[in-house]
Amino acid sequence: MPAYSLLVNGRRRTVEVAASTPLLWVLRDNLGLTGTKFGCGIAQCGACTVHLGGDAVRSCVLPVSAVGTRPVITIEGLSPTSTHRVQKAWIAEDVPQCGYCQSGQLMAAAALLRRTAQPTDADIDAAMSNICRCGTYQRIRAAIHRAAKEA
Amino acid sequence: MQRRDFLQVAGTIGAGLVIGFRIPNRRGVAPFAPNAWLRIGTDDSVLVIVDRSEMGQGVTTSLPMLLAEELEADWTKIRFEFAPADKAYINQLFGIQGTGGSSSVRAAWKPLRVAGAQARTMLIAAAAQTWGVEPASCRAEAGAVIHAATHRRLTYGALAQRAAALPVPADVPLKDPKDWRLAGKPTKRLDTRFKVNGTAQFGIDVRVPGMLTAVVARSPVFGGKVSSFDATAANAIPGVRHVVQISSGVAVVGDGYWPAKQGRDALKVSWDEGPVAQVSSASISSLFAQRATQDGAVARHDGDAVAALAGAAQRVEAVYEMPFLAHATMEPMNCTAHVRTGAVDIWAPTQNQTGVQMIGGQIGGVPPEKVAVHTTYLGGGFGRRFELDFIIEALETSKAAGSPVKVIWSREDDIQHAQYRPANYHQLRAGLDASGRPVAWTHRIVAPSIMARMFPQTVKNGLDGEAVEGGVGLPYAVPNVHVDYQLTDTGIPVGFWRSVNNSFNAFAVEGFIDELAAAAKQDPYEYRRTLLANAPRDRGVLELAATKAGWGTPLPAGRGRGIAVYKSFESFAAQVAEVSVSPAGDVRVDRVVCAIDCGMHVNPSTIEAQMQGGIVYGLTAALNGAITIENGRVTQSNFHDYRMLRLAEMPVVEVYIVPSNEAPGGVGEPGTPPIAPAVCNAIFAATGKRIRKLPIGKVT
Repeated sequence: MPAYSLLVNGRRRTVEVAASTPLLWVLRDNLGLTGTKFGCGIAQCGACTVHLGGDAVRSCVLPVSAVGTRPVITIEGLSPTSTHRVQKAWIAEDVPQCGYCQSGQLMAAAALLRRTAQPTDADIDAAMSNICRCGTYQRIRAAIHRAAKEA
Repeated sequence: MQRRDFLQVAGTIGAGLVIGFRIPNRRGVAPFAPNAWLRIGTDDSVLVIVDRSEMGQGVTTSLPMLLAEELEADWTKIRFEFAPADKAYINQLFGIQGTGGSSSVRAAWKPLRVAGAQARTMLIAAAAQTWGVEPASCRAEAGAVIHAATHRRLTYGALAQRAAALPVPADVPLKDPKDWRLAGKPTKRLDTRFKVNGTAQFGIDVRVPGMLTAVVARSPVFGGKVSSFDATAANAIPGVRHVVQISSGVAVVGDGYWPAKQGRDALKVSWDEGPVAQVSSASISSLFAQRATQDGAVARHDGDAVAALAGAAQRVEAVYEMPFLAHATMEPMNCTAHVRTGAVDIWAPTQNQTGVQMIGGQIGGVPPEKVAVHTTYLGGGFGRRFELDFIIEALETSKAAGSPVKVIWSREDDIQHAQYRPANYHQLRAGLDASGRPVAWTHRIVAPSIMARMFPQTVKNGLDGEAVEGGVGLPYAVPNVHVDYQLTDTGIPVGFWRSVNNSFNAFAVEGFIDELAAAAKQDPYEYRRTLLANAPRDRGVLELAATKAGWGTPLPAGRGRGIAVYKSFESFAAQVAEVSVSPAGDVRVDRVVCAIDCGMHVNPSTIEAQMQGGIVYGLTAALNGAITIENGRVTQSNFHDYRMLRLAEMPVVEVYIVPSNEAPGGVGEPGTPPIAPAVCNAIFAATGKRIRKLPIGKVT
């Protein structure tokens, strides 16, 4: 199997996997980074959201062979001390219920705030298409506004 | 499931399950372990063993709050762990160790407070002994015992060794809830910090040395069996290690999910599809309609509804119909099992530890006490994780492969191979007197029975007592009522789905009472209110929701307000929905006002979250949710055709909690049943169109 050299959370990692293997499963099964979640496998739910070259992408449909040289940041690498402003806002607003989708939600929110410092509700509606089955949406919206204020 | 049935089945499920009481301990760090739920360390750590599964409902906070309140613990020192499977942790409302039925706080209400009070009493006694003073002259506060007269203070950690040597008191007084300092106040969840940095371990995240991953091919038709299979192409996928037949199909076992999934997709299986291949949603609907013409098992009979109907000034009739629904937990089904000689380990996101332990013993060929059940976080439960199908697959595959195996379901597997909220059909008739008051109400419920599949001994003479909940409990003052039930199997497996049968009976009852108000030309809120004169808690939440929503104030054209009230799991919930319907028929729910009376309660912040979540769950189903069947197969496969509500569609939800001294009720599920009727009643108010069939889709 071919070898791929990836820059994940600032560390150079090499994996030998089939070229079709989605980045999600490389992260989870080969690199042990299980904070990024599997939800649908068809880029619908966003549980697998990571940052690729600074953009939020759905890693379940991104073949490892398409990653190239772009750096990958996962929930584990969002902040070395779990104190990224979205993480702090999520704690302040007590957002998660089951928590399974929240890694993806946080990565999507962090990417939104990097692009749009003070997002409106419409910006949040457009950017936050991740599915939460527990229905934490109202608190997610509040947490994003809180994180934007604390920028 | 409600208490009575669990108690009935408990004898069967629990039979033979006598397991030694094991106190999990950590080598010397936590010397003080007065009961099954509490460990206090010499380092002042307070560890609470959480014996319910955490699936979003916040039990890792609410249960410690109950214990900590009586313990007078320092809340910042509280840590928690999930309990092993052990009879010490049986849910006393169920008779087994399991989580569901909105029972966690109700079941823990007394035992966890007693556990905290016992420990506090012992710690005070230990301090008094140390100081040579009367225990009554000492008090406990924020993790320490204080002797006020001499300004002496010892922390719980310093007292742990001595307290451990004292007898556990049998009778301990509990605080009056009005003196509570922690419980009853909005409190931040203890698990959030693990859920915002990827460290919370869900079942799918479990990694065990030597573990392989399996993906299973199952019959596309319910009840189908493997006829033959050809593993050649599957075995040719790099990373595939084994292809084994198990009871649910054929498992492809590989070095990770991707090789196993590629192998499963390459596998060729011939299925003996069986009789369900003839079943479709259309045939089920016809069957229901036909069964609705036949008398069912009588669930409630007051007065003479037939005669009262015949003599009524006005008669109203309606049919309500709802589809199968899948749970679609965000974390797909998965389980890791290691079956070996003499012992079994199971790591699972499960709501049913007792069931997992028993099936582990059966498949592993060991007594249940040799089966260690490691409960992880659950990425959603909603009843789906009470099932054992994914547990059995992991056990059988591990046994066949001879190594630890994690079975992972794809989303398609999850949508197409579940146990669904029953499809259902309701025939309702009512008679009104000249003033518009109902004098007769008949309700025939036609549906498959969950209990008939899972606990058949609880179904007597064709009556599943759970299936008629909400129909039987009609709270409105009607002198002649007849409710009956046509148990109608369809071949499609059915299971517990958040709020269970309440999810559909609420829609039928609260839609039909709205129809009666319209027939009587009365305001639907006032109509209900009058008929709830003798149901104070139903009426209380109804009034609160209406008042907070501004019931009766004008709304713009195209917008309507609808109301519903419903009791489930010993709690009362009323919701007012404000809905916009576009000229093209698109429905948007703008605002939901929810009033909840769940009696005495622990964490109002969690209650608010659970109401929001319950509403999203019910609204998702009402707007778009349908599992349909063609040729015995599920038509839908993933989130593109089994659509979930997203953030942009989320209404503003306001939650108001009724202050109450009543016994605690559930909060995980009661938010779900009222939302579909509230929304459809609002659509009627906005457009004059009555929705009697879900999902709503477009209103044309």
